[in-house]
Amino acid sequence: MLAKLTSPRFLRAALPAASFTILLLAIFYVQPRAMSYFGMNLMLQYTVPIALATIAQMFIITVNDLDLSIGAFVGLTACIGATLLADTPVLGVLALAACVAAYAAMGALIHWRNLPSIVVTLGMSFVWLGIAVLVLPTPGGTAPGWVKSIMALKVPYVPFPIVAAVVIGCVVHVVLMRSSYGVVLRGAGGNPKAIGRAGWSLLKTKMVMFGAAGFFGVLSGLSLIGLTSAADAHIADRYTLYAIAGVILGGGEFVGGRVSPIGAVIGALTLALTGSFLTFLRISPDWQIGAQGGILILVLALRALINRREG
Amino acid sequence: MNASDKTIVSLTHVAKHFGAVRALDGVDLTVTAGECLGLVGHNGAGKSTLMNVLAGTLSADKGTISVHGHDLSGRYSVSTAGENGIRCVFQELSLCPNLSVAENARIFHPSLTGFGWKRRAGDMIHAKLDEIFPGHGITPDDVVADLSIGKRQMVEIARAFTTTNAPLHLVILDEPTSSLDAVTSGQLLDFVRKVVGSGISCILISHVLGEVLNYADRIVVMKDGLVVASKPGSDFTRDTLVAAMGNVVEVEEIKDHQAFEAKRGQTEIVIEARSDTALDSVPLVAHRGEIIGLAGLASHGQTTMLLKIYDAAMRNKRTPKVDGPVALVAGDRQTDGVFHLWSISRNVGVRSLRRMVKRGLIDPLAEAALGREWQERIKIKTPDMDDNILSLSGGNQQKALFARALASDADIILMDDPMRGVDIGTKLEVYDLIRDEAAQGRTFLWYTTEMDELYNCDHTYVFRDGAIVADLTRDALSEEKILQSSFQESA
Amino acid sequence: MTFVKTLSQKAWIWSFVGMFAVWLATAVYTGGKGSADVLTAALSFATFTVIVGIGQMFVITTGPGNVDLSIPSTISLSGAVAMKIMDGSNAMLAIGFAASMGCGVAVGIFNYILIRVLRIPPIIATLSSSFLILSSAIAYGRGLKIKPPPLLADFTTAQIMGIPVLAIVIILLAAVMGVVLNRTMYGRSVLAIGQNMRAAWLAGINVERIRFFTYLLSAVLAALCGFLLSGFSGGASLNMGQEYLLASIAVVVIGGTSVAGGKANVAGIWGAAMFMFLLVTMLNTFGASAGIRLIMTGLIIVAVITIAGGDEPQR
Repeated sequence: MLAKLTSPRFLRAALPAASFTILLLAIFYVQPRAMSYFGMNLMLQYTVPIALATIAQMFIITVNDLDLSIGAFVGLTACIGATLLADTPVLGVLALAACVAAYAAMGALIHWRNLPSIVVTLGMSFVWLGIAVLVLPTPGGTAPGWVKSIMALKVPYVPFPIVAAVVIGCVVHVVLMRSSYGVVLRGAGGNPKAIGRAGWSLLKTKMVMFGAAGFFGVLSGLSLIGLTSAADAHIADRYTLYAIAGVILGGGEFVGGRVSPIGAVIGALTLALTGSFLTFLRISPDWQIGAQGGILILVLALRALINRREG
Repeated sequence: MNASDKTIVSLTHVAKHFGAVRALDGVDLTVTAGECLGLVGHNGAGKSTLMNVLAGTLSADKGTISVHGHDLSGRYSVSTAGENGIRCVFQELSLCPNLSVAENARIFHPSLTGFGWKRRAGDMIHAKLDEIFPGHGITPDDVVADLSIGKRQMVEIARAFTTTNAPLHLVILDEPTSSLDAVTSGQLLDFVRKVVGSGISCILISHVLGEVLNYADRIVVMKDGLVVASKPGSDFTRDTLVAAMGNVVEVEEIKDHQAFEAKRGQTEIVIEARSDTALDSVPLVAHRGEIIGLAGLASHGQTTMLLKIYDAAMRNKRTPKVDGPVALVAGDRQTDGVFHLWSISRNVGVRSLRRMVKRGLIDPLAEAALGREWQERIKIKTPDMDDNILSLSGGNQQKALFARALASDADIILMDDPMRGVDIGTKLEVYDLIRDEAAQGRTFLWYTTEMDELYNCDHTYVFRDGAIVADLTRDALSEEKILQSSFQESA
Repeated sequence: MTFVKTLSQKAWIWSFVGMFAVWLATAVYTGGKGSADVLTAALSFATFTVIVGIGQMFVITTGPGNVDLSIPSTISLSGAVAMKIMDGSNAMLAIGFAASMGCGVAVGIFNYILIRVLRIPPIIATLSSSFLILSSAIAYGRGLKIKPPPLLADFTTAQIMGIPVLAIVIILLAAVMGVVLNRTMYGRSVLAIGQNMRAAWLAGINVERIRFFTYLLSAVLAALCGFLLSGFSGGASLNMGQEYLLASIAVVVIGGTSVAGGKANVAGIWGAAMFMFLLVTMLNTFGASAGIRLIMTGLIIVAVITIAGGDEPQR
């Protein structure tokens, strides 16, 4: 029993949930009042957009790429959501669909020319930002009413962000980890050559994964304006870093198609909590991103330690 | 229908070149239904290339491929091979390590979709594993990365024999028993006989000659990209098979023009190393000025040994004992040796930069001079040493890598099968150079897969499964002895 | 004719061609008014991009997966630390400079430790450390409104016949780094590692030591950029490094350095940095909005990498 509990595989799988639990307990210890329906709601309110962006990044990491444009992209979709979608819904939906298609095309380009994804996505982040500034030159706009009412949902007993996170995690888990095509998509990250030898199109897997990332980026942008009700081109700049951190905190590996949607959602929850934790500790907001970086390094260090034991 | 309905695949005059290397040089091969075809030959004889052509992962430069009498040349691919019931178990594993056994089975079968696919895939692969390897101890939910290499190979073999809606006519097994133990190897080979009895064909590539002799209906021998013999299995004995694979003529040539004197014991020991297996019959020992051969079948621990020695020298480790600076001549030029963006001169000079630095800067004149000196000494055929390294033929690229090592300050030169795909003229020139350098006190460790090269060596260590299994002196050396040590007697 | 042909094969030439094309287009549009001033401004601003671009170039040249994402935060930290220590006093200039360089060295060592000890890809390592560095900068430089020492401000803005002094210094630095790249053991080793890390190790190169120096160099140059930039722009600000994340990578790629590694060019960085600045100036003169400028910048980078990056064999 003890041997099983200390096996590297179990430790690795338990790490995301353990970090989240420890953080939560620490918060309750420092600020017992947080242990309430209202308190949890407040602390976790930004979980949903962060979790959705993290899932988007996870899709990209599954096929061994990295997306440095997801923050700008979420900002763009937030701007479209607060303007076009609110004013002319049909045009708004079309614009968001075009955004998803553009993401899939980005994946196709990366595969076709065998390009380094970081440079391409970094360049594209300027394009998304530029379009966002064109759509919404100054902060403002209003989120469509239905988006706001979804994000303001009140669920009895359990705070809405937790319910939403569980739903997101489970849906993606079923699609990516349980469906028959999800296997091919993950296999394309694990051993692309074997997938190609079995007769699958690697171009298609890349396009599907980037397209899915785009779709979740759109959802992230919409859920974000549902909370803030107004948008700004720079509203989600930090999400690029959050999304990568979320995937890593959730136990995802950088290469080899080893990812976990549920872990990624837990990672997003952990990130959302760190901000509140530091506030409760009366640590100045200056150190918030620093603390997030610190936690990231700590988790990576723990993982390196576990992996080393594995040999 | 005529006789061709018995023929599953037929290849005629198939040729495949990689640059200057003729991997396949016009091969004819026919596989009929319900036949187990054994395919043997030395490393680099073209077996794997031929199988890749059959599996559709490589396309032939010339020749025709027809399946069930239909000419498919030019539009043959992985998916056409699959549709026609031709499958291949590759030597390097083709499983996704991040997926489970059942999920890897699913990858193979596009039709396995819909509700409950995972259970169906799991049941299918599990049933096949039970059928081939009773008592295998693998469950469909095991993640491949967690399985031992032997179990991975079992999964991959079983997967190739599973069927959904696509037909199954021919399974190519490329060294299927290389990671299996004696029991599972026996199980597999018995299964192959049973499958063949039911009308499915198998191509069995194996370095364990006993397997091929005992289980194949027909044996095809390949050498230098050609089929040199194709006879019923019962017509071969171990000796005639080895004779058909060997290249006796060249050996005689080299044997004659050299005389050896034993240096052992006259100079000090510069290398003493053991493999990681703890199964060595003797440690590897090299005295100053010796040429030491590392023999055996490809990738049985020879390269690992060279890298271990190299690593120890670079990081100043205590074991294995290495006395003096070391340089390595890579065999896999593209992955281990050549800097593809650089000129020939730069490629030669990279190991000797320290000597060319004057007042903190590399002296271009010294670099050019070094390049010219070695162009002359080792006869690199190029109009200009400032041309890109890739403008050279494979053999001359290899000479440049030799020059890199020999021009350096190293006392010990490690050679990782450097003569792969090099023409005989170049080889003879390099052999002379190596003997000259050894006479001047340099020590050579020479891993080679070509039997005749071992006749240049003072001592030869034979490797099998990562361990040193034999130590042959120059006088005791013979092709037969090496084959005997490197091929396991029983499966 | 052959001269033109060999010239056009050098990828870095294109950055200068682009630079002159954009400059000419601007000059034609404005009827030649102020074209010299535009060049002066371009030299001034490009200088800072070139400083970090050189560091990023060495990092990228060590092969796929090697990128320094901590450059922007290092710029901010170095600027904040230097400004606070010098506190506007000329007398503290040397100490401020030393502190700034110290920041660079510390960041470089920290980055390399993360890469080596945690065995994580450099992208993730430098990204994680950038969080910490930025926070340190924010915390340290809180409410920072300190003017740079007059000497530093004068030096960074001085001009000789319309040519910024700082630009001349950095042109010299670029020349020196060009020599380092092509004529020293270190530079050769970087180029070898970028082509094939395994082959470089087998050819007797101490790969880990070289990678360490490369990340150190990048961080030190970023710190230098932060120091000079805060002098140039009248003080440090916390987001002053922000635009240099993309800029440092973009000038390297546009300047003819291969993202696949092993091929680098220092001169091209100058051309690319000037090109990037002049492009924005051109779009400004044409009356393009901020959005269009951003889109064009992004698209040009993607276009350049698509044309240049694909045919290199990537291992």
